[in-house]
Amino acid sequence: MTDMLKIVDLHVEAGGREILKGVNLTVREGESCVLFGPNGSGKSTLLASIMGYSTMSVTKGRIYFKGTDITDLPVDERAKMGIGMMMQRPPNILGVKLGDLIKVSSENGEQVLQEAHEFRMEKFLDREINVGFSGGEIKRSELLQLTAQKPSFILLDEPESGVDLQSIDLIGRKVHDLLFDHAQGEERHVSSLVITHTGQIMDYISADCGYIMRNGVIVASGDPMKILNDIRENGYGEE
Amino acid sequence: MPESQTVREALNKKGTYGKDLDLEHYDVEANEAVKVDDLESSDYKKYMENVGIVADEMERSGTLMFIDNKPSHCSPRVQEGLEVMSTQEALKKYDGLKDYFWKAMDPTKDKYTAKTYLEDGDGYFVRVKSGYHIKYPLQTCMLLNTNRSTQNLHNIVIVEDNASLEMITGCSTAHHANDALHVGVSEIYIGDNSNLSFSMIHSWGKQTGVRPRTSTMVGKNSSYTNNYIILNPVGSLQSFPAATLGDDSSASYNTMCIAHESSDIDTGGMVNLNGKRSRAEIMSRSISMGGRMCARGRLIGNAPEAKGHLECRSIILKDGGVTLAVPELEAHIADVEMTHEAAVGKIARDQIEYIMSRGLSEDDAVSMIVKGFLSGGSINGLPPELQKELDEAIAQANLGD
Repeated sequence: MTDMLKIVDLHVEAGGREILKGVNLTVREGESCVLFGPNGSGKSTLLASIMGYSTMSVTKGRIYFKGTDITDLPVDERAKMGIGMMMQRPPNILGVKLGDLIKVSSENGEQVLQEAHEFRMEKFLDREINVGFSGGEIKRSELLQLTAQKPSFILLDEPESGVDLQSIDLIGRKVHDLLFDHAQGEERHVSSLVITHTGQIMDYISADCGYIMRNGVIVASGDPMKILNDIRENGYGEE
Repeated sequence: MPESQTVREALNKKGTYGKDLDLEHYDVEANEAVKVDDLESSDYKKYMENVGIVADEMERSGTLMFIDNKPSHCSPRVQEGLEVMSTQEALKKYDGLKDYFWKAMDPTKDKYTAKTYLEDGDGYFVRVKSGYHIKYPLQTCMLLNTNRSTQNLHNIVIVEDNASLEMITGCSTAHHANDALHVGVSEIYIGDNSNLSFSMIHSWGKQTGVRPRTSTMVGKNSSYTNNYIILNPVGSLQSFPAATLGDDSSASYNTMCIAHESSDIDTGGMVNLNGKRSRAEIMSRSISMGGRMCARGRLIGNAPEAKGHLECRSIILKDGGVTLAVPELEAHIADVEMTHEAAVGKIARDQIEYIMSRGLSEDDAVSMIVKGFLSGGSINGLPPELQKELDEAIAQANLGD
């Protein structure tokens, strides 16, 4: 398997503070990786840095995607290369309708709009993006957008947080659909990096590897289920 | 009616807001009538269509057009219950329109109203008879066609009891008449249990002076919607239309502006909540492309259980201009509920990047947000031609700079 994402010694500042302090991490083609870590350890900063959000300032290190150095590329170019992200708290976009964004963001946008009911989002297409959406609605909206976008590498920031049990199943199934491109059979070639605290999403993504982040660095990696069980029993260890 | 002498004195009275325009500057007479029989083949068609006026009149109840100071076209496609004619004709027909002529507007308000009064400006007269609901919008078009002239109009709109009407008013400047002045006094009367939706679309020249004066009296249990859209450059525009509401009535003012470089726009709306349980919403959304933009809103609570909200939002896309939001709430009794919010600044970076993360370029993301921002100001039911015009104006505005 070739490397989809390779992060080398990444240092990132946000809000004038160094958050990531030398992250090294690799996700291979078709691989699902899970990122664990206590609140404030830098997990969301890492995902936002991979997507290229300008609030994240890379001070050292590189990010490679499909062999290309994307460290200095703007967000849209990263998206066009195949990176897609589900944000935990996306901004409200006053006046812009969800359906309109989906329509223009992808060639198959129109078709995905027809499938909105599968995401229980058909009544939200004429709504302003994220304005007044509940936790679960935000997740389903993000997934609908990602489904139109068809990324080859998916960043999910706590897909199950703030979501009721029924919605978790729906979200889990839709994430599964994104990862397993049915047109290509069951063989997975979409990769993902997923932040989770509860591990619930792991029932749907067949996670291959797990990382623990603490204080801006990756401190452990290995079998994701083992890591999750270990965290359940012993916590994240020393701060 | 005030003495002419009093009004003559008001010719020196500057407007409360906006730059003081020198009326003497506009020294060319423009009183020649230009007749337009067929709108479709008219030379003026492109100007009309720029401001939402449909030349083929499909799904319109009629058209009334003024070029400079004279009526040019009055559509015969008027339906039962709807009367459309020039104000001068109506004054003759209805014995001076005693209950309506200069009853909602004080001619001594400022130099612009005084000028209209003293020159006995013509304009459009529209009346919906009691009990009639007019199905299609009525369109009126005002075109400035003579450079250095003043277009000085006096319009009267009456929607009687239990009636409704939708109006689209387009105002424009011919290219050769860039440096001209538009003064329009509009007196609007809405009876009880009635509705009027009044949408104005303006497209002027870079030097044009614009000083409309509009006052609307709303009866009981009625509603008034006032949409105002200006997306193209203008010299100096100032207007502060006002509505006075009766019991259980409502008013909604929606303003959508782009202040281009060298444009000076000062506009908004004011509502006197004089009726019990009357309600008002004043929304302004504007973009500064380096021009001066002042968005005003004023709610005056005078009656029990009156409610109102006003919102001024402005995005600054280019430096070099001034953006001012002036939301004012004035209560004269305790039992009112009035709120406001105002926001001025650039588009938040996280919003642009969120849209970019779906693969859109930065320019496309900004354009989408700006377009959504402008049209999200609850301006509903825009004619498709106008929506197209809006899209094009935004596309041409180099909003990605």
